[in-house]
Parts: sequence; structure tokens; C-alpha cells
Amino acid sequence: MDQNRNNTLSHKEIMQRYAELVKKFTPKSKLAQGCLRSFWVGGSICVLGQAIADIGAAWLKLTSTAASSLASVSLVFLTALLTGIGVFDRIARYAGAGTVVPITGFANAMVSPAMEFKPEGWVLGTGAKMFTIAGPVLVYGISASVMVGILYHFIRW
Amino acid sequence: MLMYLKVFLIGGLLCVIGEAIILKTKLTAARILVVYITAGVILSALGLYGPLVRFAGAGATVPLTGFGHALAQGAIAGVQEMGLLGAFTGGLTATAGGIAAAIFFGFLIAIFFKPKPKDYQ
Amino acid sequence: MSQHRIGRQTVAFPMAPTILSSAAVVGPKEGRGPYGDHFDLVIPDALYNQESYEQAEHAIFLEACSRCMKKAQLQPKDVQAMLGGDLLNQIMAASLSARELSIPFLGLYGACSTMAESLLLGAILTDGGYASPVLCAAGSHFCTAERQYRFPLEYGNQRTPAAQWTVTGAGACMLSHQGKGLARIHLATIGAVIDMGVKDANNMGAAMAPAAADTLAAHFRDTGRAPADYDRIITGDLGQVGSSILKELMIEKHYPLSDEQYLDCGLLIFDPHEDIHAGGSGCGCSASILSAHILPKIKSGEWKRVLFMATGALLSPTTTQQGESIPGVAHALVLEGDS
Repeated sequence: MDQNRNNTLSHKEIMQRYAELVKKFTPKSKLAQGCLRSFWVGGSICVLGQAIADIGAAWLKLTSTAASSLASVSLVFLTALLTGIGVFDRIARYAGAGTVVPITGFANAMVSPAMEFKPEGWVLGTGAKMFTIAGPVLVYGISASVMVGILYHFIRW
Repeated sequence: MLMYLKVFLIGGLLCVIGEAIILKTKLTAARILVVYITAGVILSALGLYGPLVRFAGAGATVPLTGFGHALAQGAIAGVQEMGLLGAFTGGLTATAGGIAAAIFFGFLIAIFFKPKPKDYQ
Repeated sequence: MSQHRIGRQTVAFPMAPTILSSAAVVGPKEGRGPYGDHFDLVIPDALYNQESYEQAEHAIFLEACSRCMKKAQLQPKDVQAMLGGDLLNQIMAASLSARELSIPFLGLYGACSTMAESLLLGAILTDGGYASPVLCAAGSHFCTAERQYRFPLEYGNQRTPAAQWTVTGAGACMLSHQGKGLARIHLATIGAVIDMGVKDANNMGAAMAPAAADTLAAHFRDTGRAPADYDRIITGDLGQVGSSILKELMIEKHYPLSDEQYLDCGLLIFDPHEDIHAGGSGCGCSASILSAHILPKIKSGEWKRVLFMATGALLSPTTTQQGESIPGVAHALVLEGDS
């Protein structure tokens, strides 16, 4: 920048001034609207999960753990299907964290790269890239749970 | 009916917290998933998440924190059943349904569908 | 140095190479925009009968080159050099097109500034007598850019308000030392790479605006001209955020741009009713608008002298993930009527 060459301001000051300028001209995300949308969509997805679990418990006589698994698997299936037919990203665009936070977000993060990288082949494309976004979830979730298990083994709270 | 209200409120609330974090901190959605599942594991281990699950059912189990809760409880149950080895087998055993479903359906969908650009109006 | 050099960053072309012809091929969303009728071809869908979006990007690039050659009534064997690039890793759309055309090829990467970079170097080759005619081209594709820089298409993700939409399209221009064409290139200002520490890959306008301001100021300083000497000053793809910042920076540099004369291709290309947030981006943005809108306006005489400056954000997914900030670059060309 010009000021840079004139050396009247330090490099750091110029960067800071520019960061303020950027902040001034960058439109803000709508917090209230985003929260409202994620609330009702996210809540509804959970209600759907509860309904599936209740049906599983009542009709299939499942235990509560099995009913909960049924709900997870069903929501994952629905997400996969909606992702495949190109509807899920439209819903997510509206709902934001409302679809990211429930297990639907995890499922979409697995299914969408599986589809996207098909041209790179079944092995190194679909097979490998399936975990590019959701992989970290498994790494950190499983690692944390193993640590909890080890701690529990020695401490037994 | 009251149960469904609780499910809706708690599930919605967990999503709102995620939305607020995304909008306020520029954490990407992928990072939110990691934060949520890890938070779920820790809260569950501390005994704080179990009561929420009993209170709100799917409102607490469907969000990824619930996934973390299932992992942690699975690991603890595994240890109770077979000792230290259970710390490694318990978590995945408890969450196998969701993970296997995501992998299998992801593969299945990839066979049949192609990604498309969307025209948002 | 010689008479070809003006000041620190600007080069002059005494022969003023002619843009003999131009062509633009774009995607359906761009086709629905305000200049939809002015493009040479609007492809019906983003895949354009190909197996992958990368192949589609290559096909669009090749189509723009072929149409440009056809309009200049030239065969590939008549063209002495081809300069071009795109956004794919290792600029494969341009390289694959060059494979098909068998024209001596120099691949370029200037991110979204590639169209200006190719014309600038093409003008140097032409004016210096090293090659003529020279084919200059640049292109981009929304679907390939998304998967390379961001997320899979079907991934449910909310775009931030400052995010820009990569243009699916390609533009090509044929430069020559002789003949009458659409416009002539008189001067070019080579931009320096400027980085003001913007790290948000979803706010590329803000990352590029300082480079645009730097090149503009250098151009005015080198040539002794002022913004009023141009009918239009047109940036490549600063978008809503970047162009607002540029106007502010130019006031600070004492070269204020008036609202009537300053345009940004990223704000022109899409229908404003489409949800594209801060505007269009990508090599294809400035390349296709240059061919579909800017050159015809100069040809018709409505604009006598235009400063065309394509801007590029020089980032890669790897450097972004490593926390590197985003450097910007902008190259400017002075285009005047060919009469």
C-alpha cells in the first residue's frame, strides 16, 4: 500500500486499520433469524426421532436402547436419501445448525463427499473421501470415549 | 404430548447454541460436529448428560452430543462387562447402528445419484 | 529502459495490439443474468454432456477458444501462441484445451486475474513481434471450485453474506498486430501482490481490494492520468464487499472513483434476485463479461477508453488450512476503440 511505502504507519497498524475497514463493509449474518430457523428445524428433527423411537418401542417391542438406535438409523437413511436427490442442502441452507447438530448433519457429511468424489473412483474417490468431513467426528468422539472408558476402569466413579 | 414438547425444546435449544457459535465465532460446521460430539462424551462421563436424556429423550439423543453420550456410556458399560478391553469395544458397539448406516447408505446413495449444483432464487 | 516502459509498473504498447474477436461460454445461472443474451453460448446444464464437472470446465474452455478462433476466421494452425489458465488444480482445463488445439501454449495462473494476465502477456508478445495472432483465455466452473476450495455440492452448508459465487464460464480473446477488431490494448499495469492479512476465504473481495487499489494507484501515478480520463473503470470480481472497500481505499489515495464510471464484473454477471450473496467470482467472471459486455460497448463507441482490471485472490486450500492469509493481485489494461 501507499502508506506502507511512505512508512508513516507501522505494518501492524496498517493491517489493523484495514481489518476495521473490512469489518465495516462486511455484512453481518442475521443472528436472530438464524437462531429461530435452526431452533424449529432442529427441534422438529428431534421430534421425528422421538416418534420413530416410540413407534419402535410400541410396535416392535424394542428396548429403549434399540429404539434409540432405530431412530438414529432411520434419520441417517432419510438424510442420505434427501442428500441423494439434492434436497438436503436446500433444507440445510435454510436451517443452518438446525440440520448440522442433529445426527442428520453427520450423515450428510458422510454421504455428500461419497457422491461428490465418485468420478475419482470407487476406492480412492467414494471410499476414501467419505470421511473427509465426518472423519474428525469419529476420531475425536471415539478417542474421547476410549479415554473415558480407561479412566472409568481405574477410577470407577 | 408433554414429552414431545420437551424433545422439541431441548433439541431446538441444542441447535440454537450451535447456530450461535457458528455465526459468532466463524467455526465451520465441520468443527461444530467435533465440538459437539466431544462435549457429549465429556458431559456424559461427568454424569451431566444422562439426566438430560431422561428428561428430553430424542431431544438429547438425536443431536451429536447424544452421539457422544452413547459413545461414553458404551465405553463405561464395556468396561463394566469385560474390563479394560471394553473401553475400546464399548463405544463403537453402542453407536454401531448410526455409523454403519451412514457408511452403508452413503455408499448406496453414491451408486445411484450424482451431485447437482442448485439454483437458489 | 525503452519507450515500452512507463513508471514502475506500467508498460505501453506502441502498436496497440488489436482484439480481433472474443467469445464467451457460460453456465445456465449466468445465462439468466442481465447479459444472458450477449454470451456466445449458454450451456443447458452444468455438466454439459460430460462425465465430470472438471471435464465440463475443460469443454467450456475449449468451446470459448474455438468460437473465438471461428469469429476471427482463424484455424488453430494459424494461431502462434495460446495463453490461458483456470482455477482447477494445475490449470488442467486450459492445458487439456491446449492439448486439443495443438497451439503453442503457455499456461498461466493468476487466480481470478487470469484473463487480464493473459491479455497483458499476449499484448507484450504481439507488440514485441514475438507472436501474432495470440489466443488469450480464462475460465472457471462453480462445481469444480466448490469441491476444490470448499465443500461437496450436496453438503448442507450455510454461506456467509460476504461469500461469492464462482462463475461457470470461459472467455477468450484473439490478439493480433494487424487487422481491425473490437478494441485495442494501449497500456497495461502489472500488479504487485498485496496482502493485508485477510484470512477469511469466504471474504475474497476484502482480500483482493487492497491489491486492486494498489494497482489502480500505480497506474494513475505511472501514467499521470486520473480516474476522469476513463469512461469506465471495471474490476474483475471484487463483489459487494470488495468494491465498497476499493472505493473507500481510492478516496484515501486521492483518486476517488465515481459511481457511474466504476463497475465490477462480479456485480454485473448474475441476476440480483438470485441468492448469490456478495456477487460472482472466478476467472470466468471477468473473462465472460469482458467478451459479452465490455468489448461490445467499446466497439460501439459508447465507451471510448476503459480500464479493465481483473483481480485474483491467490489462495489454496492448503495455505488457508495452515492459517496463511490471502494475498491478492490485480492487473490493469487500457482498452480503447479500434477506429
